[in-house]
Amino acid sequence: MVGITSFGGYIPRYRLNRFNIFSAMGWFNPVTIAVAQGEKAVANYDEDSLSMAVGAGLDALTAIDRSKIDGVYLASTTLPYKERSCAAIAATAMDLRTDVRVADFGESIKGGTTAVLAGIDAVKGGEVENLMVLASDFRMGKMGSMVEQFYGDGAGCLVLGKDNVVAEFKGSYSVSYDFVDHFRGDGKPFDRTWEERWIRDEGYTKFIPEAVSGLLKKTGTKAEDVARIVYPCYFGRDHKTIGAKLGFKPEAIHDNMHAVCGDTGTAHPLVMMVSALQDAKPGDKIIMASFGTGCDALLFEVTDNIKKTSGIGGIKAALANKAELAPYEKYAVFRNIIPMELGIRGEDSAFTALSTLWRKRKAVLALVGTKCTACNTPQFPPQRVCVNPDCGAIDQMEDYRFSDKDATIFSYTGDMLSFSFDPPQVYGIIRFKGGGRLWTDFTDCKLEDISVGQNAKLSFRRKYYDDKRGIHGYFWKVVPVK
Amino acid sequence: MPSGIKDKVVIIGMGCTRFGERWDMSEEDLIVDAFKEAIEDAGIEKKDIDASWFGSCFDEVNVGKSAITLPMTLKLPYIGATRVENFCASGTEAFRGAVYAVASGASDIALALGAEKLKDTGYGGLPDFGTAMGTFNRLFMPNATAPGSFALMATGYMSKYGVKPEELKTGLAKISAKSHANGALNPKAHLRKVVTVDQILAAPIIAWPLGLFDCCGVSDGAAAAIVTTPEIAKKLGKTNPVFVKALQIAITSGEEMWYDNWDGAHVETTFRAGKKAYAEAGIKNPREEINMMEVHDCFSITELATYEDLQISPRGKAIEDISAGFYDLKGQVPCQPDGGLKCFGHPIGASGIRMLYEMYNQLLGRAGERQLKDPKIGLTHNLGGFPAMSVCSVAIVGK
Repeated sequence: MVGITSFGGYIPRYRLNRFNIFSAMGWFNPVTIAVAQGEKAVANYDEDSLSMAVGAGLDALTAIDRSKIDGVYLASTTLPYKERSCAAIAATAMDLRTDVRVADFGESIKGGTTAVLAGIDAVKGGEVENLMVLASDFRMGKMGSMVEQFYGDGAGCLVLGKDNVVAEFKGSYSVSYDFVDHFRGDGKPFDRTWEERWIRDEGYTKFIPEAVSGLLKKTGTKAEDVARIVYPCYFGRDHKTIGAKLGFKPEAIHDNMHAVCGDTGTAHPLVMMVSALQDAKPGDKIIMASFGTGCDALLFEVTDNIKKTSGIGGIKAALANKAELAPYEKYAVFRNIIPMELGIRGEDSAFTALSTLWRKRKAVLALVGTKCTACNTPQFPPQRVCVNPDCGAIDQMEDYRFSDKDATIFSYTGDMLSFSFDPPQVYGIIRFKGGGRLWTDFTDCKLEDISVGQNAKLSFRRKYYDDKRGIHGYFWKVVPVK
Repeated sequence: MPSGIKDKVVIIGMGCTRFGERWDMSEEDLIVDAFKEAIEDAGIEKKDIDASWFGSCFDEVNVGKSAITLPMTLKLPYIGATRVENFCASGTEAFRGAVYAVASGASDIALALGAEKLKDTGYGGLPDFGTAMGTFNRLFMPNATAPGSFALMATGYMSKYGVKPEELKTGLAKISAKSHANGALNPKAHLRKVVTVDQILAAPIIAWPLGLFDCCGVSDGAAAAIVTTPEIAKKLGKTNPVFVKALQIAITSGEEMWYDNWDGAHVETTFRAGKKAYAEAGIKNPREEINMMEVHDCFSITELATYEDLQISPRGKAIEDISAGFYDLKGQVPCQPDGGLKCFGHPIGASGIRMLYEMYNQLLGRAGERQLKDPKIGLTHNLGGFPAMSVCSVAIVGK
C-alpha cells in the first residue's frame, strides 16, 4: 500500500488583520474592501519558505522516525536561493540521514502537488521507502493590490511511504496549461496578475473541475462518497460553487482558509490537506487538488493508522497559536517593501565563511552538539574536550541533537542597542532537560511575556540576511512556550 | 605555589588623558598625552625605557593590529613592543606584560600603555561584534551587545536571590548615583554630572532591566604606566613608589556557558582572579584589608556582582552594603573614587591602566577633591567578555 505515512503543518504565528491592510492602502484601491475580512498569516522577519518548510517537516517527524526518511522534495516559488538546494538545507536542519535524495520544485504554485506525485512515483518505483514532501511559500503582493489581501504564508508536509500508511493513495489526474493568471518575472519580488474575472472564469472554474472530474472517472469514485475535498481558490463564493457543481456535499468542501491564513501558494493544497487529515476518520476519501498552470488532483483513502497521528500539531495547532502583527507598516518593513532607517549598526553584516559552515553544518543547521560518553554531559557547540570540570575526557564524544529537546529559560533580556527588525532584540540562555545550555536569540515572543523557568522550544529561523552577498544564514531560536 | 609578584615591581610614573568623546583627538594625540604625563611623572628619559606593551581592543576602529603604532607614535628607539588584546581587560594585560618583564629581569624599566579610539564608528555603544568572534561563532551566537549580555546577569541575579525588578533597579541606581557623584569631582572624567536615583530610574531602557545610567560611557582615551624594580626606583630617587602586591588573571574554562552549573548571578572569573590575588598579596580578609577599589563597572550589575565575587560583600547582600553607603567615597571601602567606567569612561584598552592610575594617585595623596584618608591598599578589577564567557584581571597595589 502506498500513501501518506505522516504529515505536518506550519503557519507562522503572526497574523495581519486584513482591515489593517485596507486602512493603510484602501485609499488607493478601495475595492480591496471586498476581501478585507479575517486575517492572513505572515512570516516573522526571521521566517521564510525554507524555515517554515522545516517547521512543517519537524511536525511530521513527531509521527515517523527521522532515520526512516529517504528523501526530501521541497516545493516553493519563494525559496531563498536560486542555486543551492533548499531541500538539502532542510534535510540537514532536520538532521536526516545523508544517503537521501533531495530536490527542489519551483516555478508554479502547483508544485506542491506535483512534488507529492513525484514522491508517490519514487515510493512506487521502490527506490525509496519514505519520502518527505515539503511545500512552502511566502509570496508578496504589491501594496494596495488584491493579492496582497489574498496571499498568506505557511507550509505543509506529507510523508509518502509504504508502511503504516495513514491515507492510501488511490489515483491522480493532472491537466497542464500555460495559463498565465499570474507570473513573477526573474528577479522581481512581486507577482503580476491578469484580470480577476478572467482568472475566475477561465482558470479556477475550468481546470479544477476538469482535473477533479477526470480523477473521479479514472478512479471510479462518486463525488458524494468523498468525505473531503481540498482545493484552492481565493474567490470565496466561487470556491464553494466549484465543489458544489461537481456534486460534492457542502460539508465535504474544505474551507479555502481565506479568513484564517490566506492562500499559501505552493503550500496551500498541502496545508488544507493536513487540516483535512486532522479531522479524518478511517475510511474517509479525501481529494487534494491544486491550481496553477493547470491542476493536479489526487485521491486518498484514510486508514486506521490515522489514529496514531494525534501527536502531530498540524495546521490546527499552528492556527491556534497566533498573535497580531500590527501596524501594517511593521509588516511592510519585515518584507522590505518600505525602506527603513536601519542605522549604521544595522548595515554591518559579516561575511559567511562557507567552508566553516560546511565543517560545522550539523551544529549550525541541525543544532547537533556532543555528549561525552565518559560522563554523559551534553554540550553545545560540539567539543572535543569535555567541559565537565570533573571529567575533561578528550575525544570521547558522540553526536547529540538538541533541536528536539525540551528546555527551560535560564536568563533573558530585551536589547534595544542591538540591531533588530523587531526591537528589542530578545535573547537569553536556556537549559536543556537532560543537560546542556544554549545562548541564542528568542523569537515569536514579547519581552513582557517571558519569565525565568518558563518552558521553551527551538525553532529553525533565518538568523541573518547578508544582502551584499545574497547569503541567508540560518540557526535555531528559542520560542517561549506558554 | 609560585612566589608571586608581590613587592618585586614598583610603579614610578603614570599618565592618563581626559576620557570622553574626543572628537578633537586622534589616537596619536591620546597616546602622546598619556605618555608625556607618565614619563614626566617618572622623571626619566625615553631612552631609559627598554620594553613596552600596548593594550588595545577594537582594532577595526582603533589603531589596527600589531604594536607598531606605539613605538612609531612615540618614536621609541627600536625597543621591544607587544600589542596585547584580551577584550575589555586589555589594559591590565599590557600592565601585566610590563610588570612580568621587569620581575623576570628581562627589562629594567618598562612601559605599559593602553589606548582606544572608539568614537569613530558613527553610532552609540561599542563597535558591533560582527567579526570579533571568528567565523564559526558568528553563525550561531545571538545578536547580542555588551549591555544585553550583562543584563542576562541582572535577570539571573533577580532569579537566584528572589529580588524584585524594582528592588534590583533601585540598588543598581544607587551604584550609578555614587559613581556620578565621584565622577563629578574628577576633571578627567567623561561624565561629570551628579544624577539622582530618581533620574536614573526614569531613564530609557537599553537592555532590560538595564537603563541608560546602568551603562558606562563609551569613550576615547589613553593611559600609561612606567614600572621598574624597587632597587632602580631607589636609585632614581623615588622615595615613595607604589608597589605591585598582586597581579592575577583568570579566564573561563567554558563551564559557565557550556556546563550546567553556573548560577547566572555572578562572574566566576572575578571570584577566581580575586582569590588568587588575595593569596598573592597575603590578604586574609578582603572586606577589612582592601582600602579602596576600582572595579570594572561596565554596567551597574557588573559592579554589584563584583562586590560579591571579590568577597567584599557576602553573596546576595551587596544591595544592603550599597544602601548603607559602604562603597561611597566616605564609606568603608570606597569604590570607583574616580567615577569608574561609568563616569570616567571606558576606552577599552586604556581602562585597566586608568584604574591603576586612580589607585596610584590615591596612594600618593594626589587625588584632589576625591582624596581618601591615607589608603594603604587598592584593588583594580578589569573584566572582559560576557558574564558567561569572561576574562578577568585583578591587581592589588599598595605602599
